[in-house]
Amino acid sequence: MYDIIIIGGGVSGTAAARELSRYKASICLVEKEEDVCSGTSKANSAIIHAGYDAEPGTLKAKLNVRGNEMMGKLAKDLDFPFRRNGSLVICRNEEDMPALQKLLQRGIENNVKGLRILKKEEVTAMEPNITDNVYAALYAPTGGIVCPFGLNIALAENAYRNGVEFRFYTEVQDIKKIQDGFALYTNQGMLEAKYVVNAAGVYADKIHNMVSGKKLHIVPRAGEYCLMDKGTGSHVSRTIFTLPGKYGKGILVTPTIHGNLLIGPTAVDMEDKEGTNTTREGLRQVMEKAADSVKNLPISQIITSFAGLRAHETQGDFIIGEAQDAEGFIDCAGIESPGLTSCPAIGEMVAELIRDKMGLEEKADFITTRKGILNPKELGREERSALIKENPAYGNIICRCEMISEGEIIDAVTRPLGAKSIDGIKRRTRAGMGRCQSGFCLPGTMEILSRESGMDMSDIGKSGKGSQILAGKNRDLL
Amino acid sequence: METYDIVIIGGGPAGLAAAVSARKNGIDRIVILDRNPELGGILNQCIHNGFGLHTFQEELTGPEYAGRFIEQIKAMGIEYRRNTMVLDVSPEKVIEAANREDGFFQIQAKAVILAMGCRERARGALNIPGYRPAGIYSAGTAQRFINMEGYMPGREVVILGSGDIGLIMARRMTLEGAKVKLVAEVMPYSGGLKRNIVQCLDDYGIPLKLRHTVIEIKGKERVEGIVLAEVDNNGKPIPGTEEFYSCDTLLLSVGLIPENEISRKMGIDMNPVTSGPKVNESFETSIEGVFACGNVLHVHDLVDFVSEEAAIVGEKAASFVKESGAGKEDKTSGRNVRLNPAEGVRYIVPQTIDIMRMDEKITLRFRVDNVYKDSFISVYFDEERILHRKFRIAVPGQMEKIMLLREQISKYPDLKSITVKVESE
Repeated sequence: MYDIIIIGGGVSGTAAARELSRYKASICLVEKEEDVCSGTSKANSAIIHAGYDAEPGTLKAKLNVRGNEMMGKLAKDLDFPFRRNGSLVICRNEEDMPALQKLLQRGIENNVKGLRILKKEEVTAMEPNITDNVYAALYAPTGGIVCPFGLNIALAENAYRNGVEFRFYTEVQDIKKIQDGFALYTNQGMLEAKYVVNAAGVYADKIHNMVSGKKLHIVPRAGEYCLMDKGTGSHVSRTIFTLPGKYGKGILVTPTIHGNLLIGPTAVDMEDKEGTNTTREGLRQVMEKAADSVKNLPISQIITSFAGLRAHETQGDFIIGEAQDAEGFIDCAGIESPGLTSCPAIGEMVAELIRDKMGLEEKADFITTRKGILNPKELGREERSALIKENPAYGNIICRCEMISEGEIIDAVTRPLGAKSIDGIKRRTRAGMGRCQSGFCLPGTMEILSRESGMDMSDIGKSGKGSQILAGKNRDLL
Repeated sequence: METYDIVIIGGGPAGLAAAVSARKNGIDRIVILDRNPELGGILNQCIHNGFGLHTFQEELTGPEYAGRFIEQIKAMGIEYRRNTMVLDVSPEKVIEAANREDGFFQIQAKAVILAMGCRERARGALNIPGYRPAGIYSAGTAQRFINMEGYMPGREVVILGSGDIGLIMARRMTLEGAKVKLVAEVMPYSGGLKRNIVQCLDDYGIPLKLRHTVIEIKGKERVEGIVLAEVDNNGKPIPGTEEFYSCDTLLLSVGLIPENEISRKMGIDMNPVTSGPKVNESFETSIEGVFACGNVLHVHDLVDFVSEEAAIVGEKAASFVKESGAGKEDKTSGRNVRLNPAEGVRYIVPQTIDIMRMDEKITLRFRVDNVYKDSFISVYFDEERILHRKFRIAVPGQMEKIMLLREQISKYPDLKSITVKVESE
């Protein structure tokens, strides 16, 4: 029997795992997909919100601001890309000023630092491509952008290093209360734990409702995005929001941490928890509404589009804590925006709660830092040359669009909790994430994955089981 | 820092022909930097025949065609570095590159020839809605899998786009045992060569559906099918015409884009229509001593024309090196005649001609923007029509050319622009 089982390998689950791994406890994280960062955590705006959106007093407000504060140090400790680029919420006419003022007041109450309202001239000076119709904007210097894959994978790797066991392709199908804990019936057999953390994203209601009579209802809220080629990220420097509406923060325009331009998301409630498909109407809306806040968008440079599902719980706030009628069952549910921002604080809150309940002791040998995959592009000329001399694989560029070397791909595959699929490699190294969308590097990347993992070429999947890239050898079908 | 007279970026057909020609024109210090394991570029995966009819008067496969040039490169002792990625080129012609053996290195060149070729447009550029399953590949990726790795990317195939690689792959996949259900083309005409439609589709009974496009991709892990719809005159899907086709693979052959990331970073002036650098009569870009040829300059239909163009570029780059070394006076007249693509003509390469520097004759290459039948191609020197040639058919998939003589142009000392257009009479 484990002390703790965490269900879900997204940012919430892995943040909880990492924080819990500070303590002396046996911990296991189960994930139904082939890799961490396979659900909501992989398809979102990649924004670290300042914290002025949520109603004061809510968990969303508290954890957003705390998570934002923690992000800088966490990014250093765990070596993932993060930058405070600041954000602007723009309004387009005088009638909207009370709403903007309200947002400012809310931010002040939530203890967001440095907020101020800018006049049109100041906004235009900051962002020359902002719409000509801008009237004023709320500026939040603490807003930031992050690599969500980098964050999620870093948390997982650090948790693993600190002793957390990871089980993939493990889907929890039922949970029964047993003496001193819970029995989790999975497609890989039964697992037992004293405590369960439910970080199952859009499935957190299903998991919760297995043990609790106080039902949750999570409505997947789909958001579609378009991503533009590298270099377009300089079109705006800050993240541009419009005034929030009923379904969220509206369509934003933001540079990504890697220099692309991202526009989206839409917000459509749906029933299908796997409905991550884009739609003609959705993509049209994204492009149309993004053009309302930023002019001259380089739409012709769109390289991909995608959709993610927000885990919206009908009560509106994050649900974090022990289920009322199931002692030892800790929910991390309804983690929609600002979930990515809040995740370090969510992990901390969950870990402290379990620590106090279980009386866990801190480990003396907790490893606080983790080193990411070495990026030769960040090295100086001499260092890069020395690196290639030492390991020639860093001189062999596989992905020409993102300039990713064989060395980086080998590292992604062979490191602990390494990539097992093409998307796993993509999220760890960015190989295949560029303008040709893996047209050139796919065969090369597959060969490295096959060689380093021993997987047969024909078995390699884009994202795991059922997603095989190839249908067999030539003439097999004749 | 190492120094070379000419550094050629790319060892495909353009780079190879340019190198051979530069050597023939007396340049010793030449190096080709190529990112692939073998010289020859994309030709290595084009195992079908039909190459070389113009250059060698015989039908060769892609690797054979490349082989003819590689033999010359080797016989002439021209240096080349394979598996070498050029990371950056400065306007001062310092090339930064990396490979396994030399690590991260720099070369100072006197002249640079850009010959990086092109890439295929990907799904994202079309913004086709749906999931993002495995099974969506560009036609070239599928070609590489089958012809170089020996793997089949799918069993039941729909091809979107009737570019030449798509047509070739329709036949190739059929021969390897896959079922190719159809080729859909959003335009009212194919983007490929007529001979490929006949030999790759018609001969195998594969339907070509013009004015059709894929409006949705079904399947979450692997493609399970696509929804096809007819489009109106504006390319918009017509409601009610949707048809579902089950397939596990969608190949895209929806256009080629010159790979000019390096050129853009250098600050070279680009032509938005070709997506290649703007060049003068010597195929020199806006940076002196930096030349471009092949598909990085504009997408060609036949490799033979790439070789022809690249040979001129090799010669021009050689002259540049020799002239700059000898300190000879610049022959530039400073008076550039602008090439102006007008009605029916999408672009013309080159974009300017300096009469003082041009050879006795120059070939203008261009493409038309639609299918034209029984019309005229006309050339105007400023307002005066100097050529009016009847043609039976011109299609966007085929490159057209016109030859102009220096003698002819020099009769017009005040000439400002040369216009090429399609006229109905």
